[in-house]
Amino acid sequence: MGTISRGFSGRRSSADAQLPPGQYLTTDFPVLSAGPTPHVSLDRWGFTIKEGTDVLRRWDWESFRDLPTESFTADLHCVTRWSKLGTSWEGVSLDRMLAGVKTNSSYAMMHSYGDYFTNLPLVDLMNKQAWIVFRFDGKDLAPEHGGPARLLVPHLYLWKSAKWVSGMTLMHEDKPGFWEGLGYHIYGDPWREQRYSSNQ
Amino acid sequence: MWRVGKVVALHDETSTARTITIEIPDWPGHAAGQHVDVRLTASDGYSAVRSYSIASAPNSERRIELTVERLPKGEVSTYLTQEVAISDRLDFRGPIGGWFVWRTQQIEPIQLIAGGSGIVPLMSMIRSRASAGSTAPFRLLYSVREPGAVFYRDELRALSDKDRSLIVNYVYTRVAPIDSPRQPGRIDAALIANTTWPSNLAPTCYVCGPTPFVESVAGFLSASGNSPNKIRTERFGPTGDRK
Repeated sequence: MGTISRGFSGRRSSADAQLPPGQYLTTDFPVLSAGPTPHVSLDRWGFTIKEGTDVLRRWDWESFRDLPTESFTADLHCVTRWSKLGTSWEGVSLDRMLAGVKTNSSYAMMHSYGDYFTNLPLVDLMNKQAWIVFRFDGKDLAPEHGGPARLLVPHLYLWKSAKWVSGMTLMHEDKPGFWEGLGYHIYGDPWREQRYSSNQ
Repeated sequence: MWRVGKVVALHDETSTARTITIEIPDWPGHAAGQHVDVRLTASDGYSAVRSYSIASAPNSERRIELTVERLPKGEVSTYLTQEVAISDRLDFRGPIGGWFVWRTQQIEPIQLIAGGSGIVPLMSMIRSRASAGSTAPFRLLYSVREPGAVFYRDELRALSDKDRSLIVNYVYTRVAPIDSPRQPGRIDAALIANTTWPSNLAPTCYVCGPTPFVESVAGFLSASGNSPNKIRTERFGPTGDRK
């Protein structure tokens, strides 16, 4: 237990019980990005799955939107300690997008417009755990929240859910992404409170 | 790992913001722009943690300063601005963050743009530049609601008066002082053009403030020719356009 803060009792709520350790509940939708918001027009949007230099799959906006979609709700947990519960999304599951892809790779680097990148184990992107989403709360996803389309991997801290996605590269070995190379955890499980790399 | 720090000084910056100086015996040092996690713990073990930017320059005294703005219903900010007293002990983790950082080796022009309490990590950069004796050209554009909401005004004046390569401009969004050359209003493209480094100097830009502020300012900076990879942002609070 931490150092007792004299006179502090806190403002806990019943919803805190549903939260990972060290998180607090918000009804806002805060934004965390390292730079300016890219504005990607749909006619130049694309999503590519690569392995090494081989392009395994590629969609433009039209062919992406022809894929079957799913609507779902998810709890979001940001490493900056806010959590937002029961958010509703529409997107295409990565199971669908990876269907038929034959690979020995175990990891993926997600890439974004605006040069953001983040690494994940491939298994975390499969089995109904990850989607490329384009609608939030029934509306097209706003640019500051990652529109036109972002990754959503709700079981990991939200920095893994890359905004403005442009593709993914399959990798045999894990490599740190942008925040992972700047002191944040290589995996980022909120329930195990994997916020920072161990030297922080 | 959590470190225990002792409150050694308190100073009110405005009617809602307070600077807290903390001595942390095993503090590993920080870079300008980094933040810390602060943990409060109730007697029954309940705890709440929030992140705050460090306001002070890196120093050898194992001290950091945080300037905390009280938020309506803010569980931790209310405690830190109203309850905390000299000699209290609090838990800290950090420093955290390696992106929104200015290091003294950087010699290129620096453009700082603050919205409200977004000044805090930028002030750490200005102080770090001064204490390191850096001559990197710095400009600060500081947007506040009203004159009474300005943090660090005297110190900013003293630093910029004696140093021509530190330029400070204010923009007032609701109430401007009588001698202000501009009507109250938000930062716009013309103000960016007139009071920031021209993009052909390739400044590194640091923008910190509420989300809608940062969205808008980063957009103006891009539109005036600054490369997106030279614009570093730190946002706080909700987007303001949805629940």
